[in-house]
This record gives sequence, structure tokens and C-alpha cells, in this order.
Amino acid sequence: MIRVEFLGPIQKEPLELDITNLNQLAEILQEDKELSEWLQNSAVAINDTLVASLDVELKDGDKISLLPPVCGG
Amino acid sequence: MVIKSHFYHLFVGVDMALELYNGGLDVPAILKKWYEEEAKSNYGAFIPFVGTIRDEDGITGLSFDIYEPILESWFEAWQEKAKAKGAIIKMAHARGDVMLHESSYISAVFSPKRRVALEFIDEFVEDFKASAPIWKYDLKGGERIYAADRSTAIKGSGILGEKL
Repeated sequence: MIRVEFLGPIQKEPLELDITNLNQLAEILQEDKELSEWLQNSAVAINDTLVASLDVELKDGDKISLLPPVCGG
Repeated sequence: MVIKSHFYHLFVGVDMALELYNGGLDVPAILKKWYEEEAKSNYGAFIPFVGTIRDEDGITGLSFDIYEPILESWFEAWQEKAKAKGAIIKMAHARGDVMLHESSYISAVFSPKRRVALEFIDEFVEDFKASAPIWKYDLKGGERIYAADRSTAIKGSGILGEKL
């Protein structure tokens, strides 16, 4: 299973999904209309490392995080 | 030394201090601590930056969420860059609510000579604003409102929204 966490202001509980790549995740999340704006402006991390492409394989136990726009300080 | 009781310290390695506190920062205590830690380290320059919550737009304060694992690795990468120039960075940030005129953020660069520290603090704070996984909320009328218009998408954002 893959755990998906929504950080900061994205008001959504974590998901546990049976997927093997990021394309499948994009497909599932794009069905949720409330997420559409967040998907456009959020960064994606796998096991706390940011990724720049959907072309990534996932393995059982991976953690994916969605990071919406930031503003520290 | 007076340090707030809710002090929470993450050691990211030797000389790599990233400090997170619940609520507003005790500026004099933190600056004193950092100064004393490096007083005998032979750095010729110590350039601190202190961010303070201003009274504007009717807010009573700001509030912050932090994602620590990525903040740590981001900070560690900057510490390596500093080290390559013979400098070190220290940073403290608040979690949760910070009220008007309190500080939410302090960073500082220590370097052998002033030029490196002056340039580095500028680059570091700019990248901090654009990349550090911290989310800001306005405290206004009893609500906690995400500061969407002041926030910046992290580089590489949007891949999950791409057309499939």
C-alpha cells in the first residue's frame, strides 16, 4: 500500500492506495474536484524527497506527500 | 541561559542547528545563545535576520504549519553550501500561533569575512521563502486563514495536475 498525505492547508485525510506509479495517483486524485487547484500548485515528495516528474515507480510502503505553496517567516 | 520551556531542538549534525519552537520566538535568548556558541569560533562576521509580525490588514497574528522532514533536508543542503564557503547558518522558526510584534523567524550566518555572510543571508532567506515547507495563516476575526496570495509554489509543482 502507498500512503498519500496532504500537507499544510489542504484539508484532506491521508489515503492508503494500492498503486504502483505516480500516473495512477494523478488519475485517482484528478477525479476529486476539490483537489483540482491543489494538484496544479502542489509539489510532490516520495519518502520526503521532492520529485519533478510523474515517471516514477512506487513500491509497497512508500509515502507520498503533497506540498502546497509555501510561505515561511 | 534563559530558553523557553517549549524549546525543541533538532540537531541536523555537528554545527547544523535548526531550531523549532511552539509560539513566538524569544529573540534576545536565541541571539545570545547563537552568539555565545560561536564567540570563540574565529568568525569575523555574524549577520542575523529577525522576522517580526507586523500589525497590518487587521490580523491579530500569524500561524504556521511546518513539515519537518523536508525542512531538515532543505536546511542541511544549505548548511553544506555554507560550509563550502567556510560559513555556518543557524535558523529558528515558530510553529503554531505567533502574535503581533513577536518574531516567527530568525536566521543568521557566521562567516570568516563579512562579504560571504551578507550575500549568503540574502540568498538563504530568499530560498527559504520559496522552498521551505512552511505554511502561513492569518489570524483574523477568530479564524485561521491560509495566506494563499503570499505563498509560492515550490519549484516543480503541478505534476499531479498534468493532463494524462
